[in-house]
Amino acid sequence: MHDPDAPDHDDAPSGLTRRNFLTRAGAAGIAGVAASIPLAAALAEGVPEATDAAPDIPGTVPIALRVNGATLRMRIDPRATLLDTLRESVHLTGTKKGCDHGQCGACTVHVNGERVNSCLRLALMHEGDDITTIEGIGSPDALHPMQAAFVAHDGYQCGYCTSGQIMSAVALMKEPCGPRDSDVKELMSGNICRCGAYPNIVAAIQDVRGNSPMRQG
Amino acid sequence: MTTAVGQSVSRKDGIGKATGATKYADDLHFPGMLFGRTIRSTIPCGRVKSIRMDFDTSGFTIVDYRDIPHRNVVALIDEDQPYLVETEVRHMAEAIVLLAHEDREKLLGANVVIEYEEAEPVFDPERSPHSFKDITIEKGDVEDALASAEIVVEGTYRTGHQEHVYIETNGVIAVPEHGGIALYGSLQCPFYAYKALRSVLGNDHPLRVIQTETGGGFGGKEEYPSMIAGHAALLAVKSGRPVKIIYDRVEDMVATTKRHPSIVRHRTGLTREGRLVAMDVDVILDGGAYSTLSAVVLSRGCIHAAGPYRCDNVKIFGRAMFTNTPPNGAFRGFGAPQTEFAMEVHMERIAEQLGMDSLTLREMNALRPGDMTATSQVLKQDASALECLQEAVRRTDYRRKREELKGTNRGIGLALFYHGAGFTGAGEQRLASKARLDLTATGARIMVASTEIGQGTRTMHAQIVSDALGVPYETIEVAQPDTSVVADSGPTVASRTCMVVGKILERCALEMKERLEGMTPAQYHAKHGAFSIVKEHIQPEWMRWDDDNYQGDAYATYAWGCDVAEVEIDRDTYEVRPVKVTAVQEFGRPIHPALAMGQIEGGTVQGLGYALLEHVVMKNGAMANPTLTNYTIPTTLDTPELDIVMLENHYDGGPFGAKGLGELPMDGPAPAVVNAIRHLGLDLRDIPAIPETLIACASL
Repeated sequence: MHDPDAPDHDDAPSGLTRRNFLTRAGAAGIAGVAASIPLAAALAEGVPEATDAAPDIPGTVPIALRVNGATLRMRIDPRATLLDTLRESVHLTGTKKGCDHGQCGACTVHVNGERVNSCLRLALMHEGDDITTIEGIGSPDALHPMQAAFVAHDGYQCGYCTSGQIMSAVALMKEPCGPRDSDVKELMSGNICRCGAYPNIVAAIQDVRGNSPMRQG
Repeated sequence: MTTAVGQSVSRKDGIGKATGATKYADDLHFPGMLFGRTIRSTIPCGRVKSIRMDFDTSGFTIVDYRDIPHRNVVALIDEDQPYLVETEVRHMAEAIVLLAHEDREKLLGANVVIEYEEAEPVFDPERSPHSFKDITIEKGDVEDALASAEIVVEGTYRTGHQEHVYIETNGVIAVPEHGGIALYGSLQCPFYAYKALRSVLGNDHPLRVIQTETGGGFGGKEEYPSMIAGHAALLAVKSGRPVKIIYDRVEDMVATTKRHPSIVRHRTGLTREGRLVAMDVDVILDGGAYSTLSAVVLSRGCIHAAGPYRCDNVKIFGRAMFTNTPPNGAFRGFGAPQTEFAMEVHMERIAEQLGMDSLTLREMNALRPGDMTATSQVLKQDASALECLQEAVRRTDYRRKREELKGTNRGIGLALFYHGAGFTGAGEQRLASKARLDLTATGARIMVASTEIGQGTRTMHAQIVSDALGVPYETIEVAQPDTSVVADSGPTVASRTCMVVGKILERCALEMKERLEGMTPAQYHAKHGAFSIVKEHIQPEWMRWDDDNYQGDAYATYAWGCDVAEVEIDRDTYEVRPVKVTAVQEFGRPIHPALAMGQIEGGTVQGLGYALLEHVVMKNGAMANPTLTNYTIPTTLDTPELDIVMLENHYDGGPFGAKGLGELPMDGPAPAVVNAIRHLGLDLRDIPAIPETLIACASL
């Protein structure tokens, strides 16, 4: 996909690359909403036309996103990714940006129960979908069993890939996956952990699945 | 009595990380905040002729070197690197102009046109006219011993760049505050950034650096954050508003530091029985365009270049060379993975030439307590090379397996290694780190600058204090590093955070316990109020180090390891897959066994990536594959079965007997893997061992 002869510099001559197209798209999303919807209001179900008071930023469009069970109305740049919209407009920062190219998995969220790289999705395409982020599956007082297992098995170090790992792992529970560690590894290979906590991540997932981790193959 | 130390207690940072509640730099927002962007050079060498803003500049804050209030130099060792290019460009992606705007779309759309006068760049460190640092370590008479040696074996070994790929890219926010700057950032060394900011901003304004939760460092956030911190601060000073700079992945890979590539030449003299009598080692590191930390990376690399072996006649000559590439810097292992790779592959070749078993060769020459290292340091009882080797061989049934796998597509190889803990030589003495412990109404609070970057600093320090003070682990709080309130416990590098800072904290806790006179912290606090204990590092009195001649006690102690790698090759594609790695490592004792295990597993995985996958392609002085699609790091599928063994051999100078651990696991995997590939019949001497390299070996 990437031509090694053509390094993708930020300061390269103008012309939209796929990457800076998406980055730019995210920026307008913020401008469109950050000023207008306080987080608490945004999270309340059915905020009546909260964006009415927002300045009508040229080029933005209205959208209603259903995130963690709440419907949020906002204006976004039609080019905004789901990742940037969640982080910058909805202010849910548990979902992380590791590469913005769909290569690392740190931005994994659920769309209608299935895991996706939110950096590769346009927010506009998900109106009406059920979007779930790490904040939607559990809280410090009521951990999701997978979150509890990651803590118990030390399935993290720096924590930056962790929400993506957990969201992937939760979705994996409903996917066809064999019982072995190698089956889990195959299905978790889209989530990179540079700290290399992989053995503990596999152990955590196997624990929740009710399989005793073999720590092999 | 210990109740927390030695137990895998619940980590302080677990819940926040598992729920997404933990805030990293990019998760923070400040009112009125602008976004910053760095305009970088697009040539590797030359001069800036003109700069033109080819966009509507209204609403923009624009900074170039003329806006720097104090010194245009990133304060580190040699102070040769500017924050912003004045006229001379020394490498690709060097910062020239800074822009800030509240609207990221406008910011990224801004076009800055820079004209250059190009000059001839130097990319080959062997042809570079300039060395940042030369180091010579000499013991005995190498030339004499080589002349009279029964056998002499020579070889050249090369390692490539390695990119850190912390999943959180570099990022900081500079916030104007009380007429000065508060700098929030993803970083390992708050006081490095503080000193760097003092240098660029001057001494007239209040200044503090606060570490935000850091999504991985591995050395990549040791010195580089000083650069991005300065950039954000300059924009914040000029605009009077908070400025956030977050690099995207491509920018982070192209512009920031990497592990130094190396070329190491060995000339080794032996007796026919295999005893080492002379070791002549030549080390070249590619430093890149500015000195940054190259001198000290070279130092550690050279000190470890003779491997964990005894030999009376040693000469190690090292140079860190200038090239027109982005500066290389700290990366877990800090020069030792490069030189220990060369030594361990060379040992395998020596054994072949002598027609002997490489285990016997290693056993015969391995450093034992009482032996002298290359710097003439006499090892104490906590030297465990032989124990690690023997345990690894026993556990893997190495000799039998090596015979059994002959002629198959599987190979097995081994590496013996060690890693000095803490700063080199008199470094810790000069650093004179301090730690502070505050009594609170419920327990105690640790006030140090040591950063949690995933390795478990908070948890491990709290365990040490808990047991030394004799109070429950849960009652120990750990302050987020903020240079305005915590003690300067030095940088979070060099495997020193547990052994050195942990020891100072242990002494703080013991003195606090005395002051409490049998009361609990709560009782004492209710009666007399809070108090603080501050202690400073005490260098072991026996340590002697001659920095001019590189002789003496290079490190207070060493951790030891032996890795065995089993690999499988596809004879059609030359892809090599690790099947199993056994890592036997001795680092005093584990304070938190699960965290220690995680360090060994994680370091081993990074070492496997270094050995087999991670190939930085440099074209015209810049990384040409700066994405995770074509610079591949290990996924869970690339991670084989890991069998980790933690041997104990307590070090009296460490807290509860602990030594440093963080870097040790990085030293062994690459040579173990390459020796396993050698077992398959391929004479490989370079990493990464990508299929292209292996095919070239096969066709020799």
